[in-house]
Amino acid sequence: MKPFTFVPVKLKFVIILLMIFTVNGLHAQVRVYGFDELKPLLNQQNDTTYVINFWATWCAPCVKELPDFEKINAQFSAQKFRMILVSLDFKRSLETRLIPFVREKNLKAEVIMLHEPDANSWIDKVDPKWTGAIPATLIYNKDFRDFLEGSYTYDELYNIIINNLKQ
Amino acid sequence: MKNSLVILFLSFLSLNLIAQGYSVGDKAADFKLLNVDGNYVQLSDYEDAKGFIVIFTCNHCPYSIAYEDRINDLNRMFAHEGYPVIAINPNDSVVQPQDSYSKMIVRAREKSFGFPYLLDATQEVFREYGATRTPHVYLLNREEESLVVRYIGAIDNNYEDAAKATEKYVESAINSLKAGEKPEPDFTKAIGCTIKVRKS
Repeated sequence: MKPFTFVPVKLKFVIILLMIFTVNGLHAQVRVYGFDELKPLLNQQNDTTYVINFWATWCAPCVKELPDFEKINAQFSAQKFRMILVSLDFKRSLETRLIPFVREKNLKAEVIMLHEPDANSWIDKVDPKWTGAIPATLIYNKDFRDFLEGSYTYDELYNIIINNLKQ
Repeated sequence: MKNSLVILFLSFLSLNLIAQGYSVGDKAADFKLLNVDGNYVQLSDYEDAKGFIVIFTCNHCPYSIAYEDRINDLNRMFAHEGYPVIAINPNDSVVQPQDSYSKMIVRAREKSFGFPYLLDATQEVFREYGATRTPHVYLLNREEESLVVRYIGAIDNNYEDAAKATEKYVESAINSLKAGEKPEPDFTKAIGCTIKVRKS
């Protein structure tokens, strides 16, 4: 009888392990977009205010401002507000770097990866002022548009959003 | 009269503030910066050069790293044709310790850089040129006694995979100059790392 009771315990353990991995895996999913898929998200004509932040795990000033973005996202998530963190990490580091980073930092804001290596073809379509350095952030709704190459402070970010958010 | 002079002076001042760095067609200034071999390099040292591929780049930035072999290749292809690569690290090593002078020496050796790798210690050169990211290329062409900026931008159109680049901007720009033509395009953009400015 002994081996018989042993097997289900082991199975249970395996099932629990599998569940943990599946839940974590689902939580840290990162979709890979081409620019054509991202572009509509930069030009929505509705009441939602969008914050689109271009960043990468290896970009120190980007990583430094992420906690502020997370805080803003938590503060405004119940309102007409959507934040998208657009990672420009290399595609080969999606599984090895980006997803582990999102999981480790427990990022709650939506993270996508933009894979479009011919950057000259799309940088101007985000904003003509952008020279291509990151971090860079676009904040907009149908009546307002603001773009910054560089880092926002928490207060700057908060004020821009609170002054332009639609009810 | 006095007032109009003041206005003239102020507008001259604001013009200078607005004009950040070079545009294509501008004359480029020479500089004198410390190379990884311990010697100072200036463009006027190269009496026979027809121009220069000035590249603001650095150690730490993944986009710069992705282009290291291609920068070596550019120098190999064009130095003997009169267009050597001059690489300049514009970053402050307090903000980004991987970009210190001693680590530049290590990196230049590891990657067998065949070109000068200079430190913009006062951060004046990148400001004068108007570089905003690494890597950032300024292709200079000697025209009469001046060095004229003829292309600004990316090396090619695929940072991730050199083999998949369909537009080799710098290469074709030099070929245009050699043929006596103006490069087309003469300005491109690319994703890169911000230049790490010294904190005062």
